Amino acid sequence: MLIATSAALFALGLLGVIVRRNVLVMLMCMELMLNGVSLSLVTFAQQTASAAGAVLVFLIFVVAAAEIAIAIPIVLLLVRRKNVLDLDAYTDLKG
Amino acid sequence: MSHLLTAIVVLPLAGFLLNGLAGNRLGTRFVSAIGCGLPIVAFFVTVKCFLDLQAGSGAPLVDIVYTWAVIGGSSFEVSFYFDRLSAVMVLIVTGVGSLIHVYSIGYMKGDASYARYFSYLNLFLVFMLLLVLGRSLLVLFVGWEGVGLASYLLIGFWFEDPDKARAGKKAFIANRIGDAGFLLGMFLLYTALGTLDMDRINAAFTAAPLPAVSASAVGILLFIGAAGKSAQIPLYVWLPDAMAGPTPVSALIHAATMVTAGVYLIARMSGIYLHAPEASAVIAAIGALTAFFAATIAVAQTDIKKVLAYSTISQLGFMFVALGVGAYSVAIFHLYTHAFFKACLFLGAGSVIHALGGEQDIRKMGGLARRIPVTFATFAVATAAIAGIPPLAGFFSKDEILWFAFASSRGGSPLLFAVAATTALLTAFYMFRLLWLTFFGRSRMTPETEHHVHESPASMASVLIVLAILSAIGGFLALPDFLSSLLPLPGVVPELEHLETPLVIVSIALAFGGLAAAAYLFAGNGDRAERLRRRFPTLHRVLCGKYYVDEAYDWLIARPLYWISDRVFLRLGDQKLFDGSLHGLASLGRRAAGGLSRVQNGNLHLYALLVLAGIIASLAWSWGRG
Repeated sequence: MLIATSAALFALGLLGVIVRRNVLVMLMCMELMLNGVSLSLVTFAQQTASAAGAVLVFLIFVVAAAEIAIAIPIVLLLVRRKNVLDLDAYTDLKG
Repeated sequence: MSHLLTAIVVLPLAGFLLNGLAGNRLGTRFVSAIGCGLPIVAFFVTVKCFLDLQAGSGAPLVDIVYTWAVIGGSSFEVSFYFDRLSAVMVLIVTGVGSLIHVYSIGYMKGDASYARYFSYLNLFLVFMLLLVLGRSLLVLFVGWEGVGLASYLLIGFWFEDPDKARAGKKAFIANRIGDAGFLLGMFLLYTALGTLDMDRINAAFTAAPLPAVSASAVGILLFIGAAGKSAQIPLYVWLPDAMAGPTPVSALIHAATMVTAGVYLIARMSGIYLHAPEASAVIAAIGALTAFFAATIAVAQTDIKKVLAYSTISQLGFMFVALGVGAYSVAIFHLYTHAFFKACLFLGAGSVIHALGGEQDIRKMGGLARRIPVTFATFAVATAAIAGIPPLAGFFSKDEILWFAFASSRGGSPLLFAVAATTALLTAFYMFRLLWLTFFGRSRMTPETEHHVHESPASMASVLIVLAILSAIGGFLALPDFLSSLLPLPGVVPELEHLETPLVIVSIALAFGGLAAAAYLFAGNGDRAERLRRRFPTLHRVLCGKYYVDEAYDWLIARPLYWISDRVFLRLGDQKLFDGSLHGLASLGRRAAGGLSRVQNGNLHLYALLVLAGIIASLAWSWGRG
């Protein structure tokens, strides 16, 4: 049941990343995916009675916090430049 | 052991280096002193060695310089070997060479590349001496290639003229063909005998169990090399063109010394040829044919140097006839007399050209006998010598060749004699024709040239006189006797022995017959010769065109090769196959990159989608593998 919930969370997040145009929404969807993964890790840790999964979840929290701390300023800078949140406006940033 | 032999080679080498590196800065006086002085010293060192050789018990002097390479059980040494045969050759090379160096001082005076000329000439001497002194075929081959190089450099000495540069290349390439045969012969000898030292090879062939190699195969391969260097059919075409070089070079390299290297090689390897009757027969036949064809071409040439060039080819043919019938020492004898009179003729021609300010066409000469008397007198002596008028040098050697061509038990035949005798007649004829057209009759010069005519300076004239004296008396030295311990004369068919005296008379008659014919045709204003030409226009055209051999080679060999190179190797092989495959690979990469770069359009959603697809694909794949 919990595994199914985590898979649903992950799929939802992935769908959001692919389908939505808004940068902020995409970022939130990515968090959703991370949470789905965290949930599955916790579940597995519970089932196998090992602490390794729980430790990994903490690691994901830290990484997610750091990632969002960088991602939000990038989004801010982008918005300052063009005043839109739609990612399609930024396709000219390709290498 | 005597290190004097090394000195003979090193002296001109020093001259080459000094003149080549510093000559331009040190002035012509220095260049002449070094360029001529060192060869003269080398000549005297040779004389000293020669006296040592004579004083000894006849054992050859050997001088091992250093061991070149040790490969497995066999070692290759650079060593010099001085027996009577090499002694004769080295004396000719350094003696005539020194004379021609001295002559060059006058001839090349004022040339912009004076130092370069003398350094090349010295370089030639170095390699020629390596060639005749080397004990091993390998050292001989280094000299062999080296004289080819020096010859190339000197033919193309005035390389600003593309024709002359081309003549140099032609000589080099024609020689390369012969060298291929020479190399193959060397390989064959080495695999059979395990040594390349020439005295050991000869010894191996004279010992009782003959080496397990076909003497004829080796003999013919070596002869191919000799035919290239000594300008025999079919490789003779380079020699007439080689006359593009300065005249003293023609005298030294393309008459007196280098072109006789092939004769020396075969005489040196006579041990092989004694067991190779087939190869000897080939040599005699080719020699006789070359002698005859070259003589007929010489009859119609109008360039003074071209006449002499064809005459050289023809005389070399005579030497090969002698080699082919086993009379090796007679061939060397003719080589020796030929060196004197042909050098004298070429230098005389050089003196004429010098006097006329560069004119080489004998149709525009005439009546020069009074104007340049020294040149005329020496030229006349040398002409008589080559024609075989007794008692000059050429008579003795040519008479012996004719005799052995007729009566040698090693392949002499009346047919060979007939060809050689006809050639001797032609030789006398064209040489006296040359003499007549150049020095007698009315002058056909332009007034401007006529005004210029002057006798050559003393440095040139004195050399001419020395050479003329040598061509006059050189024949009294009984060289075949001197060499008999090394190169015994072949036996004579007993039934023919009584014919020796009549044949001497025949050969004298031939010489005078040629003289008479030339005098008859060209005396007065040459009307009779003109009439003769009118009667046989086709023959005259063919002779003037040198039998169109150059053109035939061009059509049969050069053009097909050019076509194959252009169409098959360049356009198909290089441009289509190699370039094509490389360009194909490059454009494949470029097109693939072009296709893939369309994916990177900056749309983050697409990237995410592709990542998803990737994850799904890899999951499916790992699922499939279980």
